[in-house]
Amino acid sequence: MASELILLEMKVSPFAPRVKIALREKGLEFEAREEDLLNKSSLLLEMNPVRKQIPVLIHNGKPICDSFTIVQYIDEVWNHKSPLLPSDPFERARARFWADYIDKKIYPIAKKLWIAPEGESMEAAKKELLESFKTLETELGEQPYFGGKSFGAFDISLITYHCYFHAFERLGNFSMVKECPKLVEWGERCMEKESVSKSLCDPIAIYEEALETRRILGV
Amino acid sequence: MASELLLLDFNFSPFAARVRIALEEKGLEYESREEDLDNKSPLLLEMNPVYKQVPVLIHKGKPISESSIIVQYIDEVWNHKSPLLPSDPYERAHARFWVDYIDKKIYPCGNKLWNLPKGEAQEAAKEELMESFKTLEAELGDKPYLGGNTFNFVDITLIPFYSYFHTFEKLGNLNMVKECPKLVEWGQRCMHKESVSKSVSDPIAVYEAALEIIRDLGF
Repeated sequence: MASELILLEMKVSPFAPRVKIALREKGLEFEAREEDLLNKSSLLLEMNPVRKQIPVLIHNGKPICDSFTIVQYIDEVWNHKSPLLPSDPFERARARFWADYIDKKIYPIAKKLWIAPEGESMEAAKKELLESFKTLETELGEQPYFGGKSFGAFDISLITYHCYFHAFERLGNFSMVKECPKLVEWGERCMEKESVSKSLCDPIAIYEEALETRRILGV
Repeated sequence: MASELLLLDFNFSPFAARVRIALEEKGLEYESREEDLDNKSPLLLEMNPVYKQVPVLIHKGKPISESSIIVQYIDEVWNHKSPLLPSDPYERAHARFWVDYIDKKIYPCGNKLWNLPKGEAQEAAKEELMESFKTLEAELGDKPYLGGNTFNFVDITLIPFYSYFHTFEKLGNLNMVKECPKLVEWGQRCMHKESVSKSVSDPIAVYEAALEIIRDLGF
């Protein structure tokens, strides 16, 4: 019997697309259900009672939460094709380290930049963001992907921010191509993969959401 | 000959304690090198240039950082005995979820009890901390361990904070036995394990260290 896979997600999220990319890399069919976080469904509250957050992958009725945990789960269950994590434990630890770095650094800084007033705060947020991106660029080096020769979990964790580049540039008044050319090149390479281009959010929609958030907060 | 396993360590770090427990569970010989966090060694700065923090496990010269990533690495490399993570992918995802929950809640809320002056913010942190402990207690249920019948990754992640219960009680004016009796019982059960009792900090020493921080901050 085919697996039943339901993904509870949101239209604009750096986390949910990671799961979609992983599912598509494995060639898996799934049903995506969009949540309204101001009016969470009873299914979401039942499936993720602790955090009440998306994404949640429901596999044959059982929930798995937290995007990187879900990606690892998908990789372990459907381990016959397209490995997402390296087989070597040291390389696996490295992939986990950088996925964790992305969540610890990029996400909070992006949130700051989203609502930073023009001036000093915006400049500080932008500086921090670019510093983190440059650290990642150094880690990428001359490899085609963060996973080395092949696209993997580390790439999946970061590529979901590719669709946020446009918003970052407009809000922070800078050019990603000028500041982080290698990262932009890597992003475009990943976007050639169907699993990625089908899964990422629309950059314009993301920028519009940022503007709306700023308008509501009076920034 | 240099030790195959070198742990850049800090006695009071609950994160380093997790690694010590995991190494003991696997019966591994290792060298522990205590870091002076006000005067970090060149080795630490070289092996963890991103965060410059302990713990770092150096295995045959290669560094692994971030305590939960190190514990998973240890489990994967020395997979012949004492499994620290479940073998079933769903159970493994479940364990990772709770490890992430503990990391996001316990230390960030807990350390506000000594890093903030008495007041609203500290009260809010204390409430969030207790809510988190009660959530963990509910997850424990009637099981002997958070890992179920056997001590596992989730227990290893939380147990170093058992040494902090005394500090939380004194600074937060709490009674952990009254608030979370099952969790206290769980803590005592884990402390019977030699890998734990050898590795975690002394509760009085933790409290004295917290008092020193409060004194230095002038609260």
